[in-house]
Amino acid sequence: MSVTVHIPTPLRRFVDGMPAVETEQGTVAEVLERLTEEHADLKAHLFGEDGRLRSFVNVYVNDRDIRDLERGATPAADGDDISIVPSIAGGAAPAAVALPELSHEEVLRYSRHLILPDVGPSGQRRLKAARVALIGAGGLGSPAALYLAAAGVGTLGLVDFDVVDETNLQRQIIHGTGAVGKSKLESARTRIADLNPHTHVEAFEERLTSANALEILRDFDVVLDGTDNFPTRYLVNDACVLLRKPNAYGSIFRFDGQASVFFAPEGPCYRCLFREPPPPGLVPSCAEGGVLGVLPGIIGSIQALESMKLILGAGDTLIGRLLLFDALQLKFRELKLSKDPDCPVCGGQPTVTALIDYEVFCGIGAAPVYEGPEVTARGLADELKDNPDIEVVDVREPVEWEICHLEGTTLIPLGQLPERLNELNGHREIVTLCHRGVRSMKALEILQAAGFPKVRNLKGGIDAWSLEVDSSMPRY
Amino acid sequence: MRVSRRVLEEIRRHLVSVYPNEGCGFLVGRGAGAGAGPGPVAVTQQLPVANRRERGGAARTRYLISPEDFMAAEREAAAQGLHIVGTYHSHPDVAAVPSSYDREHAWPWYRYLVVSVLAGTVREERLWQLADDRSAFLERSWHIQEESCQ
Repeated sequence: MSVTVHIPTPLRRFVDGMPAVETEQGTVAEVLERLTEEHADLKAHLFGEDGRLRSFVNVYVNDRDIRDLERGATPAADGDDISIVPSIAGGAAPAAVALPELSHEEVLRYSRHLILPDVGPSGQRRLKAARVALIGAGGLGSPAALYLAAAGVGTLGLVDFDVVDETNLQRQIIHGTGAVGKSKLESARTRIADLNPHTHVEAFEERLTSANALEILRDFDVVLDGTDNFPTRYLVNDACVLLRKPNAYGSIFRFDGQASVFFAPEGPCYRCLFREPPPPGLVPSCAEGGVLGVLPGIIGSIQALESMKLILGAGDTLIGRLLLFDALQLKFRELKLSKDPDCPVCGGQPTVTALIDYEVFCGIGAAPVYEGPEVTARGLADELKDNPDIEVVDVREPVEWEICHLEGTTLIPLGQLPERLNELNGHREIVTLCHRGVRSMKALEILQAAGFPKVRNLKGGIDAWSLEVDSSMPRY
Repeated sequence: MRVSRRVLEEIRRHLVSVYPNEGCGFLVGRGAGAGAGPGPVAVTQQLPVANRRERGGAARTRYLISPEDFMAAEREAAAQGLHIVGTYHSHPDVAAVPSSYDREHAWPWYRYLVVSVLAGTVREERLWQLADDRSAFLERSWHIQEESCQ
């Protein structure tokens, strides 16, 4: 005397996980009423507040829709099967997105935003709901984090693993002198908390790698790339393409900066612009080449501005445009960028569909580092006392020489060395010197290749000399 | 929830191809109890289905999967030892946030992958699940499985 009611997967948890329930025969209405009495949680899903079967709940008796039979009065007799079958409906009727409310305190704080037509209270609430990830809390990340926090972005994710160093303070304005030696993230967090206690900081004190990038960046709306090296820049780009996140990009070198927004669904990515990284060593880092103090403030602020526009949906972003800034000429130029249909990561037939090893991609660690004979700073100091004939060749740039140099050394910048070999005496012992011992190793390679027999490299460069031999020599 | 990249790419292709209309389909896989197997939900297949609301302009903002299509899909999934674990549908030119219409018509337990397609390209995908008391859609975390889910 029973009928079987087949329960669709989404409702099985309300009937102890059973795919079907046996119950007594009767009309469909009676059977369903009994069912919802025994399993009360089912009721809200089958019946609307008016007590009628919901429009998307279909009931079949032996494979026939009860709407074609007698609806609720359709009889179900012993051995009959009743099936509850979902139809699935939905759609994008414009819905109010649940945005966080602003407190009175926030209304006051952001009042200059609230009276702007393109921001207003709803825009400010979007900023409050927004999550921006900043890769690097350095030159670019400093102004970007400060401005985004001040503007009321609700959550900033900071990714950095470095410690504040004296040489950072010339441009990394989020960090103060008191923070030297402390973690950049702690320093930034303290400053942001003081600037805007409504901004929540999520700190990722680790190097961004292929292993963690997708996990870290997944939960953010916008990624702001403030990195200073090619492997991380390509990593950030590829992760953003894979995650379909906009990347507010900026980079700086010496007196020049550039900025763009890479967003693959709507425009080119970094790889459409630069398919391959430059050979390692060709483009010096800021540590090697220097950078003008205010410059990161300009580029980082543009990145922050673009991030805000992406969140607000206001104005025209730098998607498809590369902005070039020349600080010395004070000129902005703009290049139109187009999407490369054959781009290996965002093109039609991508060959990069997962994150790769970016150190290898950029040739770092792949080519064996040249190793030649070396001498330590202390060792060289001792040798020079007995043998003043040793020729020390300084291959740094003239401005570096002005900062500090050893007496009696010969200055030949690395780039000029191949043409100026005739200035060196092949019979003397030669020691090559630079800032930290990398360029001087290249110089050593050049001299050895040219047949100079007795060449050694000063390990750790003039920096090691300052640390080990002569502390009156300034470090830079 | 895990979704294999292959499945996600198929879903994106489908939804872009029907733009500016809404497209829809089933997420097929296993997991999360309720007779669909133990463990976390893993989506290993997608089954595009016809949007039955093709008349007039309604398909631009509405989708409907008929019970017949549902039964056919469930049979197809069951034949492979799999289950329907949810649905996907697009929101042309609006955010991937469920509308109140989505909520009123939602089933519990199912995962709802809502894909925002802006100007013909996929802008974002977000995953939602109906609260048991039907009061709200709760956002759920999910990730892309680079190989097919096993």
